[in-house]
Amino acid sequence: MSYFLTLNPLNLINALPGCIAQGLIWGIMALGVYVTFRLLNFADLTVDGSFATGGAVTVMLTLAGFPVPVALLIAVIAGLASGLITGLLHTSLGIPPILAGILTQIALYSVNLHIMDMSANKAISVQKYQLLISLMHVPGAILTGGIFAAFLIIILYWYFGTEQGSSIRATGCNPAMSKANGININFTKVLALSISNGIVCLAGGLMAQYQGFADINMGRGSIVIGLAAVIIGEVFGDALFRKHMNFALRMVFIVLGGVIYYIVVGIVLWLKLNSNDLKLFTALIVAIFLAVPYLQGKRRNSFLRTAKASEAALKAMNDREVN
Amino acid sequence: MLHIIDIHKTFNPGTINEKAALNGVNFYLDDGDFCTVIGGNGAGKSTMLNAVAGVWPIDEGVILLDNKNITGVPEHKRAAYLGRVFQDPMTGTASTMEIQENLALAARRGKSRTLGWGITRQEKEKYRELLKMLELGLEERLTSKVGLLSGGQRQALTLFMATLQQPRLLLLDEHTAALDPKTAEKVLKVTDKIIAENHLTALMVTHNMKDAIAHGNRLIMMHEGKVILNISGEEKKKLTVADLMHQFEAASGEEFTNDKAILA
Ligand SMILES: Nc1ncnc2c1ncn2[C@@H]1O[C@H](COP(=O)(O)OP(=O)(O)OP(=O)(O)O)[C@@H](O)[C@H]1O
Ligand SMILES: [Mg+2]
Repeated sequence: MSYFLTLNPLNLINALPGCIAQGLIWGIMALGVYVTFRLLNFADLTVDGSFATGGAVTVMLTLAGFPVPVALLIAVIAGLASGLITGLLHTSLGIPPILAGILTQIALYSVNLHIMDMSANKAISVQKYQLLISLMHVPGAILTGGIFAAFLIIILYWYFGTEQGSSIRATGCNPAMSKANGININFTKVLALSISNGIVCLAGGLMAQYQGFADINMGRGSIVIGLAAVIIGEVFGDALFRKHMNFALRMVFIVLGGVIYYIVVGIVLWLKLNSNDLKLFTALIVAIFLAVPYLQGKRRNSFLRTAKASEAALKAMNDREVN
Repeated sequence: MLHIIDIHKTFNPGTINEKAALNGVNFYLDDGDFCTVIGGNGAGKSTMLNAVAGVWPIDEGVILLDNKNITGVPEHKRAAYLGRVFQDPMTGTASTMEIQENLALAARRGKSRTLGWGITRQEKEKYRELLKMLELGLEERLTSKVGLLSGGQRQALTLFMATLQQPRLLLLDEHTAALDPKTAEKVLKVTDKIIAENHLTALMVTHNMKDAIAHGNRLIMMHEGKVILNISGEEKKKLTVADLMHQFEAASGEEFTNDKAILA
């Protein structure tokens, strides 16, 4: 009882805007995950490394005197390069997708340390630098996050409607058909991995600014958060819009998926659950949301159900015969 | 136009699964030839078509298309000259994409994929018109996902896609085998029509001897990775199933047993 008395609803309300801002940044990151996980059908684990790369490059270049937008742009280029590495490991050296991603991710850990002058954490002050987004000013952060997400959705919507973007989608859906139609699937795979990690680095750069530091571990588990956002967004989007779901709406919902995820995290923290259990909790959410569509389909389509129905039908037939 | 000169292919060489699938295949097609290919299971028919399509490099031999050596050209580049339909209806189309998107992908076969629109409004109009010839009502379902179509509809669509951008050579690998007899007949009819109207050169694998005789102006029979029969012209026109069985026995030195009845 005394536990509930310590929970102040005002604290939750005060924490919500921050959750929304962080959720938007993770939602942007999730758009990158969506490109590989759903469109290319490639579970890319590079992102745990490249998210931190984005933060490290942005912070270090800003500290070195580059304008923040330029630093962020170079971070995106670093992301394109990390995706390129994973892509080449897979297409040129024949390494399976998951392993190719893990190799790049591990390598990036050292690379990120080098970028950050061998320190695990680099702070950047919003007072001294013109950061685009910061937790010191949450309403502005939500606005900036929203603008970045909106721009990205527009660009991706356009790109995946082009000939090149369509060839990436075809590759993810049916590689044999793609080759038969003249698509160089090694090229499209590398391209999609690069684009995805470019987006992830952009999100990493925004996150480092928001929290005021880059950290060597800031990307740990980000693939799971990204997947969580993608899946939560899809489940909600499909539930609300059903047949009217289109590509643009889907991306909007994925960004919202990131926001929902962070609001739930905020609630968990508000309930004073141990924040060390957050990863366990994240895994649980993802497992639940992955399971929901599967279990729904199963309920409609289960042997248990037909077993019961057929038993009942059989019984009815027997009864009729007896009479 | 197509010259296949002594091509060899062995799968998994040096392992316990070693399998010599092509043992010196030789034949050529003239412009406009429509050649049916028959042979028992494992004779090497699909392997021969895959060799022409460049699914993997062959071990030995030469493949010329229009007198150009394409033996070393990778699959996605050869696609510029080839239209293909596969045995499995799932293989030829992208199921999560719309019918019109699939068509647009096929219309760009052999062209570089730019940042221009993946499909234009004029194209959509054009596809709506063209699809009417299939008589499957697909012209009303341009924005449906291909995954919603039946196997027969998907094969007809794949065939249509393979010829949308005129290929130099059309490769059909038992493209009606997975369909019920009625649908198979319908798809075969469309095949004949498309080949005739566009004066295409085509290779069509089939297990059905009657179909092999009824369609096309040429026929080859494969056995153990070789072409053992090559029939054309007047001889092809007068051919019967009984003739084919005798010729098979003469050429292969094997009796035409019941387990080869898959040919019938
Ligand atoms: N990718 C592959 N790897 C290993 N062996 C293969 C491969 N493709 C074909 N083979 C083998 O090569 C031989 C010829 O196969 P192919 O598929 O060409 O026969 P086919 O004439 O098309 O037969 P079917 O009528 O059954 O389709 C078979 O023994 C087959 O097992
Ligand atoms: Mg075959």
